[in-house]
Amino acid sequence: MRGVHYVLHAPQGDTYADLLFTMIERRGERPPVTYTTFQARDLGGDTAELVKRTVREAAERFQPEALLVGESCTAELIQDQPGALAQGMNLTMPVVPLELPAYSKKENWGASETLYQLIRNLLKPQVPDQPQHDTQAWKAEGRRPRVNLLGPSLLGFRCRDDVLEVQRLLTVHGVDVGVVAPLGASVNDIQRLPQADLNVCLYPEIAESSCSWMERNFGIPFTRTVPIGVGATHSFLVEVHTLLGLEPPAADEGYQRSRLPWYSESVDSTYLTGKRVFIFGDGTHAIAAARICQEELGFEVVGLGTYSREMARAVRAAAKQLGLEALITDDYLEVEAAMAETAPELVLGTQMERHSAKRLGLPCAVISTPMHVQDVPARTSPQMGWEGANVIFDAWVHPLMMGLEEHLIGMFRHDFEFVDGHQSHLGHSGGSGADTESPTTSNTDQAKTATGLAWTADGEAELRKIPFFVRGKVRRNTETYAREKGHLEISSETLYDAKAHFKA
Amino acid sequence: MGANLQKESGPREVFCGLTSIVWLHRRMPDAFFLVVGSRTCAHLIQSAAGVMIFAEPRFGTAILSERDLAGLADAHDELDRVAKELLQRRPEIRTLFLVGSCPSEVIKLDLARAAERLNDELHGRVRVVNYSGSGIETTFTDGEDGALTALGPLLPSTDERQLLLVGTLADAVEDRLIHLFTRLGIQTVRSLPPRQSTELPPVGPGTTVLLTQPFLSNTARMLRDRGARVLSAPFPLGAEGSRRWMETACRDFNLPADRVAEVLDPLERRAHQALAPHRQILQGKRIVLLPESQLELSLARFLQRECGMELVEVGTPYLNRELMAEELALLPEGTTVMEGQHVDRQLDRVRDSHPDLVVCGMGLANPLEAEGITTKWSIELVFSPIHGIDQAGDLAELFSRPLRRRQRIEPALHPTTLHPTVHA
Ligand code: SF4
Ligand code: SF4
Repeated sequence: MRGVHYVLHAPQGDTYADLLFTMIERRGERPPVTYTTFQARDLGGDTAELVKRTVREAAERFQPEALLVGESCTAELIQDQPGALAQGMNLTMPVVPLELPAYSKKENWGASETLYQLIRNLLKPQVPDQPQHDTQAWKAEGRRPRVNLLGPSLLGFRCRDDVLEVQRLLTVHGVDVGVVAPLGASVNDIQRLPQADLNVCLYPEIAESSCSWMERNFGIPFTRTVPIGVGATHSFLVEVHTLLGLEPPAADEGYQRSRLPWYSESVDSTYLTGKRVFIFGDGTHAIAAARICQEELGFEVVGLGTYSREMARAVRAAAKQLGLEALITDDYLEVEAAMAETAPELVLGTQMERHSAKRLGLPCAVISTPMHVQDVPARTSPQMGWEGANVIFDAWVHPLMMGLEEHLIGMFRHDFEFVDGHQSHLGHSGGSGADTESPTTSNTDQAKTATGLAWTADGEAELRKIPFFVRGKVRRNTETYAREKGHLEISSETLYDAKAHFKA
Repeated sequence: MGANLQKESGPREVFCGLTSIVWLHRRMPDAFFLVVGSRTCAHLIQSAAGVMIFAEPRFGTAILSERDLAGLADAHDELDRVAKELLQRRPEIRTLFLVGSCPSEVIKLDLARAAERLNDELHGRVRVVNYSGSGIETTFTDGEDGALTALGPLLPSTDERQLLLVGTLADAVEDRLIHLFTRLGIQTVRSLPPRQSTELPPVGPGTTVLLTQPFLSNTARMLRDRGARVLSAPFPLGAEGSRRWMETACRDFNLPADRVAEVLDPLERRAHQALAPHRQILQGKRIVLLPESQLELSLARFLQRECGMELVEVGTPYLNRELMAEELALLPEGTTVMEGQHVDRQLDRVRDSHPDLVVCGMGLANPLEAEGITTKWSIELVFSPIHGIDQAGDLAELFSRPLRRRQRIEPALHPTTLHPTVHA
């Protein structure tokens, strides 16, 4: 945001958080945050006085239009009540105290709560006695309908370009964007929020509580569809149009304006059919990815999960539709185990899944935060809207082996250059799937002792003929089959039996 | 002494001592660093160690929960459980460092007792030690001082005559320095920290200590208490500093001066040759160093004496006057040395003096660049092989590179004249 300053009661050292903005987001300015940076010797003295001094200095130096005051995990323990202290200082600007329980809540919750408190505090004087709002007032007023975009922020996934894309999308349909918040918004912008006809909730993790507060207090409804994917973008447009009393757009607009539909239909993409995909990320991006994979790219989703507990219910519902049990966890080891278990051919996840996928030798693309600096690219790369779908098509298909190479490796396994697991379009030898065998093998070593199953030499040899990216799955199926049948040994025949059994 | 020593307090922009884990875990791969702290601490380490974190975790965070805050008994049980699970999963770990953080210090969780208890239970299979890396007590490199001090009681005793190099060095630099000392005639040279946490060097009255890093105040005290003699020398940055550092040890071992000169003269000549191109760029340029690692004084001395730079302000998070005496003596008369920080005021001074180069942390580097001030981010200095006469050229390069880069790309990226379009 602009014109909003944050005084954070925190020990010396917590300023490392500045690097997330100056390095990962590559910002050319210091974050508007002043830390009290107390040290051990301050603890004996008056840390409350330190808070007040810091608040006073920050208010004077930066002259913000509004001041946020909060504590870090360590400050929470010494209980100086910095918010209340600052409120008692008679500052000229509004002071918003933040209570963010560091030992039970996490980042997205903090962002959502902060936005909510800021909006609530700044808009309180404007709240009408009776919430009444007409989403079609624009007709009577003889102007274009106007919406707010809520949720985009720094350190969010591709927010910079999503905003541009959604803005363009809406403008084409005759809808103006009023305020974008929090990204780039000022205090004055926040005060203008109630002037919009409709709120567009782009990132529910950040903005849903604010949207629903405005709905309750001002009667402004908000959209529930996040426009990531061709189908979702269409649903989103229908929702916006309907709420604003506009004629919904033509059903084939996505086909006309995005390239994903044709790229996915073209015969080059046939080999993508049924590719097994494991999806993990924040709730919004995971749900969107599942729909795209299943309905637009023809993949098969074999695992779906999120670390956003606030979104658990929605993700569970989405998983259920796919016949899956959602994985709700923030333990990366659990995610890695689930990934290994489902033996996917592609992983769509966060930076963490990139590490796990690398270890398991699986192709991977990043679809959600947490992210690293490479996911704040210089080029325009939205995830939302028609262009977002184009970006997604390229990004998710790229890590997979190209069709021709896949066929040839399946046929001739003795090449000296194009070896098993090699992906020459990624321009390195011994491609990302090269060591796929090692983890699977060690897993089955354990299985062997546990279940008494043993692969015969000819069974192993036959298994090695299976292309590497489905080999994990075939191994698992065959072992399941053998166990069901009570076989102790797995030969090439067992493998073919299992193949027929599971296809039937 | 000539330097103008000042102090400042206020908001600081520095790392906490936890960050030291990022390089210590590589130096001793058989050790594990378990931070007892909050999600903030976990996030710090993840952000700092970036990509490395999941390759083969050698550090982690036992995150304190609301329940732990409510009762210390619970916290201790929980810590025991986490530590045991960890050691089960990673049987190859030989030394477990319990690293204190701000939250664990503030709630007064007794990690020393926890370490003792775990030691008893694991009898000898794994050694458990503890130190604090908290932001309230330590700044950045202080974390290494804490870790080395914690190893003190585990160091065997010896009367043997030996030279002990103390402070983390890059492997290649360590090999090179040991080789040179042997050529000079010192037979036994050992290092602390060692490459394996189980191969701790012995210490005793025959031990002469050379500190390789300026931030080891407590480690130096611990070694003195064990009977070792800690030499006072400039730190081995740059050709001159490294030479004086080596000569100090040679004098302590009574090595003949002509032998020392015979070995070191050619090295120094070669270093001057390597320094020359960088000196050309750095000569006369004005530099400010912001506080970060306590390396600032040694770097400033090198940049001024060997590269011809002009020192505008030299910041340091902490100044141990005794350890830094030799460095202070080598700084030009009147150099402003600022201990502590008020980051906003310091930045005001930077803007006012508009130096050619600012050495600063990454929280400030891009914002300063955007204001047109060239920066060198300081953390790299802790991760690069910069010690010794042979490394002087490389060390200078770290400072000349950002200036060279700006010279090279600025005219194209900020054209000052409009080129008329050329029509064929
Ligand atoms: S400054 Fe303290 S609370 Fe923050 S990361 Fe460091 S040890 Fe943890
Ligand atoms: S490891 Fe994860 S949390 Fe850490 S910096 Fe990388 S992406 Fe971010």
